[in-house]
Amino acid sequence: MILDTVSARYGLIAGSKTVAMVGASANPLRPSYTVFSYLRTRSPFIVTPINPRFAEIDGVKAYRSLKAYAAEHGGPDIVNVFRKPADLVPVTREAIEVGARAIWYQYGVINEEAIKLADEAGLDVVVDRCLKVESARFNGGLSTTGMNSGLITSRRR
Amino acid sequence: MQDRQFGFSTRAIHAGTPPDPITGSRVAPIYQTAAYVFGSTEQAAELFQLRSYGHIYSRISNPTVAAFEERMASLEGGLGSIAFSSGLAAQLGVVLTLAQAGDHIVSSQNVYGGTVTQFSITLKRMGIETAFVPVDDYDAIRSAIRPNTKMLFAETIANPSGTLADVPRLAQIAHDAGIPLIVDNTFASPVLFQPIQRGADVVVHSATKFISGHGTVIGGVLVESGKFPWGNGKFPLLSQPSPGYHNKVFTETFGEYAFLMRARAEVLRDVGSQMSPMDAWLLLLGLETLPLRMKAHVANAAQIAQFLKQRPEVEWVNEPAMGSIFTFGIRGGRDSGRRFIDALELWSHLANVGDAKSLVIHPASTTHSQLSDEEMVKAGVAPESIRLSVGLEDVDDLIWDLDNALKAAVLPVERRHDNGASCHPEVSKDPELIEGQPLEGKV
Repeated sequence: MILDTVSARYGLIAGSKTVAMVGASANPLRPSYTVFSYLRTRSPFIVTPINPRFAEIDGVKAYRSLKAYAAEHGGPDIVNVFRKPADLVPVTREAIEVGARAIWYQYGVINEEAIKLADEAGLDVVVDRCLKVESARFNGGLSTTGMNSGLITSRRR
Repeated sequence: MQDRQFGFSTRAIHAGTPPDPITGSRVAPIYQTAAYVFGSTEQAAELFQLRSYGHIYSRISNPTVAAFEERMASLEGGLGSIAFSSGLAAQLGVVLTLAQAGDHIVSSQNVYGGTVTQFSITLKRMGIETAFVPVDDYDAIRSAIRPNTKMLFAETIANPSGTLADVPRLAQIAHDAGIPLIVDNTFASPVLFQPIQRGADVVVHSATKFISGHGTVIGGVLVESGKFPWGNGKFPLLSQPSPGYHNKVFTETFGEYAFLMRARAEVLRDVGSQMSPMDAWLLLLGLETLPLRMKAHVANAAQIAQFLKQRPEVEWVNEPAMGSIFTFGIRGGRDSGRRFIDALELWSHLANVGDAKSLVIHPASTTHSQLSDEEMVKAGVAPESIRLSVGLEDVDDLIWDLDNALKAAVLPVERRHDNGASCHPEVSKDPELIEGQPLEGKV
């Protein structure tokens, strides 16, 4: 199912533990590193880089592929994708194959065929959003820098 | 977690201020602190590298100020917001986020006098040139835009002329040229108009005015839409490696947040024009009643404009097409204007607008006095113009005061003193005077 509401994305983030980050980079200037580093240090997720170019990032073991990751850990709750749109169909097939519960395509990571594949295979799908930003929307991070979280509540959390 | 799109008044009261998670305080606490303890050296490094959210030092961010910023972003329908120490500081913040020496701005000429001097004097000294054009001369605007132009600037409702900006049309012209439209929405407030919904890319406010609503705070704020393509090649300050921040490329690392992140992490950090927590708290309080106040301001202003139009002493009334601030001219020019202002009892003669209190000023000798005669004409300021900012008092009382002052303005001063009952010796036995209320001319 394509998660296009705030409550659905909140449900996914609150109900997930493991994140496999396809295309995570060790280069501090890359957006994927920023997201990886944030999720590793400031979120309850266990985040793992999937990138054949690195053995580890910041002390976290990296895997060559989703299959290699799943062989040790089983399917991740979320496959978080930082790849160019042309690469998305094989990545999505692999995510389905290893039994991922959800696939999260980052900003601009859009491929209609891949989205359809994931949706039809029963995965939860998030498109053109950032896992760091959406996590920060719910944990109050966005609000610390004057960003519009869109959240209104009189309940204490 | 809800999916509801809450209405404007609900957001004016709630956006940015969930209950304080530590204490449960329902009102946003005033976090009066300069700095924040880090959880660990790793967390400190993550914050300084802009990879993590959190507060470091109140020159860059503060929880009370952030609550005000989020509420403003919500009300203007933007991605995020940054508060500044004043409206002019917010405006300068926008310029410095986009432009540097050698760059160029196109601005409406129908703008606040302080904006004219900021652009034409201070920015010029810093190497940034501004072309001023009539806000409704679209050919002139198009031809004023050069390859090094970084923004088009206009006021929703011009101060003090009341000229309205056609925001969708200006946005189209700006976007065709690959530059953003920056709109000062101070006189409208987001209650009357939301420029981002009509194509503007950045909104700025003097929060001192309707947002405060009570004349208590000097403050400013910018709100950005998150929709402008800052990576289009015209904005190297956002799309080239930044020596001010570890060679980060803001458009690459932060995507739609590029403008807001550079404006805060570099410009606000280096310029030091941040808002204080106490001021942010007063502005949060002001925003809660903004929708109610704007309605009442506009209703009072309409009645006062009608009253003035019927008066023989009044030469012309520039009726507000929107809002509650407008100008009119008294017969007899500048001298009558001076007598009119000096005779007012309830209206406050001061240099501000958007207060609950009704305010009056003579722009040509005050707010716009630094402008040349030619600039003044361009800005829509006639020598006899009197600017009213209609407040929330009982409209009958406001009209009573205007009525008295208009009568005083057209009478020669000598006649008032020779024949006025208040100055007659016999009146010194007047019970009012005995009770210690000196009459005009006695003190």
